[in-house]
Amino acid sequence: MTDLATLETDLTAQIAAAADEAALEAVRVAALGKKGSLSALLATLGQMAPEERKTAGAAINQVKDRVTEALGQRREVLKSAALDARLAAETVDVTLPVRESPTETGRIHPISQVMDELTAIFADMGFAIAEGPDIETDDYNFTKLNFPEGHPAREMHDTFFFNPKPNGERMLLRTHTSPVQVRTMLSNKPPIRVICPGRTYRCDSDQTHTPMFHQVEGLVIDKGSHIGHLKWILEEFCKAFFEVDSVKMRFRPSFFPFTEPSMEVDIQCNRQGGEVRFGEGEDWLEILGCGMVHPNVIRNCGLDPDIYQGFAWGMGIDRIAMLKYGINDLRQFFEADVRWLSHYGFRPLDLPSLAGGLSS
Amino acid sequence: MKFTLSWLKDHLDTEASLAEVTETLTRIGLEVEALDDPGAKLASFTIAHVISAEQHPNADRLRVCMVDTGSGEPVQVVCGAPNARTGMKSVFSPPGTFIPGKGITLGVGTIRGVESRGMLCSAAELEISEDHDGIIDLPEDAPLGARYADWAQLSDPVIEINLTPNRPDCTSIHGIARDLAAAGLGKLKSDVVPQVKGAFPNPQKVTLALAKGEEKLCPAFALRLVRGVRNGPSPDWMQRRLKAIGLRPINALVDITNYVTFDRGRPLHVFDAKKVAGALVVRRSQAGETVLGLDGRVYGFTGHETVIADDNGVESIAGVMGGEHSGCDDATTDVLIESALWDPMDIARTGRNLGIVTDARYRFERGVDPNFMLPGVELATRLVMDLCGGEPSEVTVAGAVPDTGFIINFPLSETRRLTGLESSDREQRRILEALGFSVSGNGPMIKVSPPSWRPDIHGKADLTEEVMRIAGVDRVPSTPLDRGGTVPKPVLTLIQKRTRMAKRTLAGRGMVEAVTWSFIAKAQAELFGGGQPALALANPIASDLSDMRPTLLVGLATAAQRNADRGYGDVALFEVGQVFRGDKPDDQFMAATGLRRGLARPTGAGRHWQGTAAADIYDIKADAMAVLAAVGAPMAGIQVVQGGPAWFHPGRSGTFQMGPQTVFGAFGELHPRVLEALDVKGPLLAFEILLDKLPPPKVRPTRTKPQLVLSPFQPVERDFAFLVDRAVKAGDLVKAAQGVDKQLITSVEVFDVYEGKGIDAAKKSVALAVTLQPRDKTLTDAEIDAVAAKIVAEVTKKTGGTLRA
Repeated sequence: MTDLATLETDLTAQIAAAADEAALEAVRVAALGKKGSLSALLATLGQMAPEERKTAGAAINQVKDRVTEALGQRREVLKSAALDARLAAETVDVTLPVRESPTETGRIHPISQVMDELTAIFADMGFAIAEGPDIETDDYNFTKLNFPEGHPAREMHDTFFFNPKPNGERMLLRTHTSPVQVRTMLSNKPPIRVICPGRTYRCDSDQTHTPMFHQVEGLVIDKGSHIGHLKWILEEFCKAFFEVDSVKMRFRPSFFPFTEPSMEVDIQCNRQGGEVRFGEGEDWLEILGCGMVHPNVIRNCGLDPDIYQGFAWGMGIDRIAMLKYGINDLRQFFEADVRWLSHYGFRPLDLPSLAGGLSS
Repeated sequence: MKFTLSWLKDHLDTEASLAEVTETLTRIGLEVEALDDPGAKLASFTIAHVISAEQHPNADRLRVCMVDTGSGEPVQVVCGAPNARTGMKSVFSPPGTFIPGKGITLGVGTIRGVESRGMLCSAAELEISEDHDGIIDLPEDAPLGARYADWAQLSDPVIEINLTPNRPDCTSIHGIARDLAAAGLGKLKSDVVPQVKGAFPNPQKVTLALAKGEEKLCPAFALRLVRGVRNGPSPDWMQRRLKAIGLRPINALVDITNYVTFDRGRPLHVFDAKKVAGALVVRRSQAGETVLGLDGRVYGFTGHETVIADDNGVESIAGVMGGEHSGCDDATTDVLIESALWDPMDIARTGRNLGIVTDARYRFERGVDPNFMLPGVELATRLVMDLCGGEPSEVTVAGAVPDTGFIINFPLSETRRLTGLESSDREQRRILEALGFSVSGNGPMIKVSPPSWRPDIHGKADLTEEVMRIAGVDRVPSTPLDRGGTVPKPVLTLIQKRTRMAKRTLAGRGMVEAVTWSFIAKAQAELFGGGQPALALANPIASDLSDMRPTLLVGLATAAQRNADRGYGDVALFEVGQVFRGDKPDDQFMAATGLRRGLARPTGAGRHWQGTAAADIYDIKADAMAVLAAVGAPMAGIQVVQGGPAWFHPGRSGTFQMGPQTVFGAFGELHPRVLEALDVKGPLLAFEILLDKLPPPKVRPTRTKPQLVLSPFQPVERDFAFLVDRAVKAGDLVKAAQGVDKQLITSVEVFDVYEGKGIDAAKKSVALAVTLQPRDKTLTDAEIDAVAAKIVAEVTKKTGGTLRA
């Protein structure tokens, strides 16, 4: 039996020495293949006496089993090593930069973003969004809004005019979003709750004025809304928009031809350190004008001012965007400088909502 | 409107502090715009007595002074002024004082070995004059220890209010005092002006020569002669006040008119009677007439201005500015005082047309108190006699002061209805009466007559404003608006939703939203089919912002160039905004427009190790299609037709349409000639879609989606490569293949297009991947081959293509 023991020792050594799966297969074939050494030994059994065959057979089969198992184990080791080697060879440089997602590089302009914020807040309070044309008639922009012809208040509007038509009518670029009030009242029955955001134009240009800017107008018309409600709406709006828990506002009596009583509204803030913080501080910052819709305007829109009443307010979208997001120069809004837009703009999926927060 | 605190106190008996006055002004609608309180700036400077001034031991030009400040021990001060001397009174400032003229805060110092605990000051150091020759030398009776600014009457605070155009009554300090008194800040002093009896008839003739129907241009005109006056500088107190509010003193007669203008909101004019020839006539100007104004400029008339003329010609622009010729100077001995009423609109128009802004115009165009026309003459007469002497004539009045009185029936409940303010009947009456309204009647409805100085009051709403602003807007409680108790419904309109979707979609493709001007240069507008006369501004702010834009492409293309000029050439910009095809509301459209330049591709801009390529027409087409899909356009029905508007490259552009009558956009490379005209370097890829032109989505009764039917059989994919003429459109191949069996063929994709080596130079190879989705059973090879044969036949028939071997 020493032959068998020698063979086993020999095979075991060969298995352990096999450097790869091919070498191992060669060992297997040499041992267990049709002409393999162990197969040859098994073939000798047939010539043995039954007794001898029994013991020799058992011994050879035990060796065969052990060799088979050793082959299996070695195969697993080699396979695993081969995989490791392959994977090691497949190593890539993970520090190579990838393209930024377009949803990270795209930008929404601050004006669009703020309009969406306004919509989120006021839609929740039951306001619809009304719109009107940029090119308006003198009647809708001024006369129906109780600006008498030749009144100094008209002059203060720095209106852009078009050339008069043969019939004498002269169109203009709306100087405020208030003509949308008129259009809304003329085409809708009270109760009315709308905000009217849009582009407005005045023939004026300096550090803080551009010939084109954006306003949002609010209008409530029903049978009972008064200045107390107006105050509440504006306070709630300011808290929601500026995302602060409390805000102190100052309502100052003022004058607009289309409201009576009229007020301007200041908001208390802290302007130290080049940053405006609301809900604290000692400074007052004017943010909007408002008032009860003038009886003449209500009448001009076909409603009876002794039955219907309501209020309106208007503010600059660009201005509140600047205040909220700390933007200094209004002119940059319309420069389309990608550096500015990338910095002050918003990502496409920054969707303002009351549930998730206006800004995140 | 500017005034000083002491001037206000001429009309208001009050103990209120400056802070209370300014806070109240803002609270009642007279917003304080600026406050200059020189007294606060000079508060630490006090009157002191120099007990002794001795030579400094170590410096020839310095003196060591012992100063009695009026409190405590004498203070040692080292002083360099040549006029410092024992026994004098001067102005002292202790350490810690900010010296305005030097811009420093004083400290305790040691000067050449001697300690100095304060400073004796020159006028220049206080910034009250240029005089820095020595320290202020005060008379002996100057009160020791008193604040110098108070004693020298330098501390009168100047308040400037931002007056709204509806309040002519507060162009008068008396009117401001009335508002403050009504708000509880003191007592309004009487404004009754005693009449001055005329000593002789007024020899100066006045006529109103206005055409019938134009009488309202000058309802009344009062004139009085004062003879034997001595003109010269006005007294210090008057000059001080005028200077404080920014007026330049001229001479007593002129200063009196300015003083009354501010004191009572009553503009006046004075003529030198000896320079007036013949009657003074109020009339319309004649075209071509001119006058040399008191400001030294010559004004020409058009025939539309109201003027005061005599035999010499025009002497004064009515209600706006007097003329130099008949103006008063130091030699004037006989003065004519004019107090008249003018039409506000007329004054506004004249002032605007002539470009004149004066304190008189400011008041007349807002509306002066007609009932103060005559008291204005009396007040001015009294001042002239007090300051210049002289003897007054009787007052001549041409025309008549109109009665502006009327009555408003005012239900006191109106205040609560419109403002939500709880104000008692008694309080409302008290406020209205304090503001000069006459109130009569008891109970819920009262009769209110506005005073003659309040032309802004027309009806009930105006009265509620008066009550609210004086009672205080702060008293109106915030009241929650009823929100209806339901979950709010969606409010956006279709176009609003499309606008938002288009913006977010394009930004999601890596593009950056721009907002550009609604107006562009005419030449630019014309390049894009705009520039019509109806869309040209009559008064553009700049020649390159003259016409309403027919497209957003100009704004984006020029913006791309500006960015490129700054070193950012790979930009992808978009704008969703209004474009104009006419001046009617229906001519305004909402356009979604995008533009790509350089290497700004949808996958990312700039060079990259994974591959670098310039943006191309298919990138911009994909942007446009993304917008169309996002806003709910019927994608299956949209045709992409070769070619686009003239501003696109003729061979590299396409049009989106649903039939030739329903075109809603185009895309492609912008035409090089157009870019050159815009002074923009290309190539630029762009698209524009008019969102309003897209059909609205079908209204469906429920939100249920169509039932999903999934086939249990595997789809089969077959590839075909066709050789076609280069001009053949891939879209036609796809359409032909698709049309073979719309049920079975679920998709046809173009997966390769090849031109070049190996095929005919006039041909291209287009490879299609066709997916067949069996529904009821697995397809047999024979069935698949039959469909494939039909596809080849159909493509060949429609496009002349042959299956590539």
